[in-house]
Amino acid sequence: MKNTARYFALFREQTGCESETIDWAGGTAAELFQLVAEKHESLKTEAAALVAINDEMAGWETVLAEGDEVLFFPPVAGG
Amino acid sequence: MKFAVSNTPIDVAAVRKAVADNSCGALAVFEGWIRDHNEGQAVVRLEYEVYRPVAEKEGARIIDEALEKFGVSHALCIHREGLLELGEVAVIVCVSSPHRGEAFEACRYIIDETKTRLPIWKKEHYVTGGSEWVNCEQCASAGHSHGDH
Repeated sequence: MKNTARYFALFREQTGCESETIDWAGGTAAELFQLVAEKHESLKTEAAALVAINDEMAGWETVLAEGDEVLFFPPVAGG
Repeated sequence: MKFAVSNTPIDVAAVRKAVADNSCGALAVFEGWIRDHNEGQAVVRLEYEVYRPVAEKEGARIIDEALEKFGVSHALCIHREGLLELGEVAVIVCVSSPHRGEAFEACRYIIDETKTRLPIWKKEHYVTGGSEWVNCEQCASAGHSHGDH
């Protein structure tokens, strides 16, 4: 199935892209991150990273649906 | 409006006015300023990146939580985005309530949640010319010691 992966801040710099379409077998948000981290060697898993799906904050274990847009947020630092 | 992202300087007086209410005897304000140093490095400016669609929604949720949890009358938070110079206000939280106790607590809650839940990132630009994304809040919650870097 197809999902869009979007990268922000540090993750965008590490992958060198803002977003990409991933055609894969499907799974959770965490599994999608693992897959793109294998593709982009410089993309490092961060324990404090957050994920949103279709503009709503979500859990890493959420199972993705066809066409979901997955937003990968590196550790946030507002304020 | 309860939470907003701004790409222009924050009008502090206007934010205070927005939570003004004759039934309130207390106003708690938190301002986050751009500091000239971090982790031993001299900072010249900061750059905030905000993903607005999620930050605005989740920011409004934080305010609603604070209103409900502490029973305060009004609460407003404005966060900057873009390039900020030293001394500028990066974020402001204003909370008004009949008495001070709950205003202080709600103000603290809002800034703490804002720092850890919203998709906002800051990049520090150093006197030396380099720059780096900051993630100290997460370092702290992950038990990371600042002495390590």
